[in-house]
Amino acid sequence: MSVADDPLILGIETSCDETGVGLVRGTTLLANAVASSVDEHARFGGVVPEVASRAHLQAITPTLRRALDEAGVRLTDVDAVAVTAGPGLAGALMVGVSAAKALAVAIDKPLYGVNHLVGHVAAEQLENGRLTEPVVALLVSGGHTEILEVTDIATAAELLGQTLDDAAGEAFDKVARLLDLPYPGGPHIQRAAATGDPTAIRFPRGLTSQRDMERHRYNFSFSGLKTAVARWVESAQRDGAPVPVDDVAAAFQESVADVLTRKAVLACQERGITTMVLAGGVAANARIRDLTRERCAAAGIALRQPRLSLCTDNGAMIAALGAAVVERGLPPSSIDFGADSSLPVTEVLVR
Amino acid sequence: MLLLALDTATPAVTVALHDGARVVAESTTVDARRHTELLIPAVLDALAEAGADRRDVTEIAVGVGPGPFTGLRVGLAAATTWGAALDLPVRGVCSLDVIAYEVVRSGSAGAQPFAVATDARRREVYWATYDAAGQRTDGPHVGPPLTPDEHVGTMLAALPAAGAGARLYPAAFAQVVEPEYPSAAVLATAVAASAVEIVEPQPLYLRRPDVTVTTGRKSVLGSASTGSASTGSAQSGRRQR
Ligand SMILES: [Zn+2]
Repeated sequence: MSVADDPLILGIETSCDETGVGLVRGTTLLANAVASSVDEHARFGGVVPEVASRAHLQAITPTLRRALDEAGVRLTDVDAVAVTAGPGLAGALMVGVSAAKALAVAIDKPLYGVNHLVGHVAAEQLENGRLTEPVVALLVSGGHTEILEVTDIATAAELLGQTLDDAAGEAFDKVARLLDLPYPGGPHIQRAAATGDPTAIRFPRGLTSQRDMERHRYNFSFSGLKTAVARWVESAQRDGAPVPVDDVAAAFQESVADVLTRKAVLACQERGITTMVLAGGVAANARIRDLTRERCAAAGIALRQPRLSLCTDNGAMIAALGAAVVERGLPPSSIDFGADSSLPVTEVLVR
Repeated sequence: MLLLALDTATPAVTVALHDGARVVAESTTVDARRHTELLIPAVLDALAEAGADRRDVTEIAVGVGPGPFTGLRVGLAAATTWGAALDLPVRGVCSLDVIAYEVVRSGSAGAQPFAVATDARRREVYWATYDAAGQRTDGPHVGPPLTPDEHVGTMLAALPAAGAGARLYPAAFAQVVEPEYPSAAVLATAVAASAVEIVEPQPLYLRRPDVTVTTGRKSVLGSASTGSASTGSAQSGRRQR
């Protein structure tokens, strides 16, 4: 089927602090408009749900218009609407779901409520074409840290592991704060780490002891790491020594990268899966990317990763998942579905 | 013309259609936690009841609150997106004014000044006062239901009061009158008659956001954010507990 024949899918994403509207045909990206409220959260050092929800309502129709302009299409051309039904912040999700329902009804097109996490994986199809399932996906962002196994992008996904406490991105934010670096922490830690020695300090690797590997084989924990960094910094300060910000940043980043990639590669090996997808905003971190590439190559795993604008939360990834669902001929969600802040990953499409 | 009216600023999810002469369909469901689920199906039911097509809608009226934030946004997101999609005018109306319009039309407060108070949660009300003709004289404000020694409290306590807030705090309001919730049928009638002030379709929050930073944004383990439609305040993930 040629691109022009594929249905045109509009995707809406409002699960956290980015308002995203994307347009996709099949696996072809036509538009990816995003409005972020990240600056409004900066002075709080984390996402304030009510601030995010207010920003979504302000941004939703301008972002919709921007996406249509970007793609050079009209709403009458749209064949279906997809929206993030969850997981995410309840109040934020509701803005997108309500807008999407109204839009779908107004233009008389089917509506698909889809899973945000699987959307991250679907985004990869916009970069490098159709996935050959099964794949293991490592999702790392400020809001989530998961290992998924996806056996069919439109119908079958499973959660293999996730963080038990902080998301990887949150750990970056918190450590940045300890080091007096600005929010969001990711880019600043990376910059500081560039001149640091990752072996200067050995920070703990969460949930990697033999015992933890039995109970939490694919799970993560970053709160212990954060505490270890805090203790180390405090003790240096107590001794009156200047804190080597670059070494601390590098050693912290190394710990996160090590444990993330180690467990994701292990999941591939143990499940006999030869493709890994790396996505989420924290996948922008160069060290995490490089180490994943290195370890995947060593293990004979093909690594797939979309560009950064498709890694962070966006509407195109939701449209991409919508496109996959439409292609399978699955029935639309019923119009009375709600936002589900803890939607399980097994529910790729809500009924 | 076909005017679609809706309001989600209170626990009532209310929708109506008005053809320029009269209300041709209306429904109201009171469920504070299911605005997202209920609103658009109610619109579709109203269209079916009126024998109208969704494409017949020519303008939209929406209650802009004040109201608990999460529910309030459901109606505004729907109204503004629908309007933007089809390039229809979207008229905002203060939800307290809708209640006031019904008070005057029904004569429930008698021919005298009155108050409207809705539930703002956290032991507070959203309130406004009106003259006998239904012109707003003060508000909308948010504040505690009033103690008799406070100036505002004294003034409000002397007035008949409509809205769920008056029912919640009978000690603060001398006389509780109908209605309890805004009705989209009344909203549609008031807009069709150009009898209410039209404002931008922007939410009237009246409160600053709570600054509780979430640390468990996207848990999929289940116990995360139970906030749903109810609180409108910050949600905390399980990691904060
Ligand atoms: Zn995400």
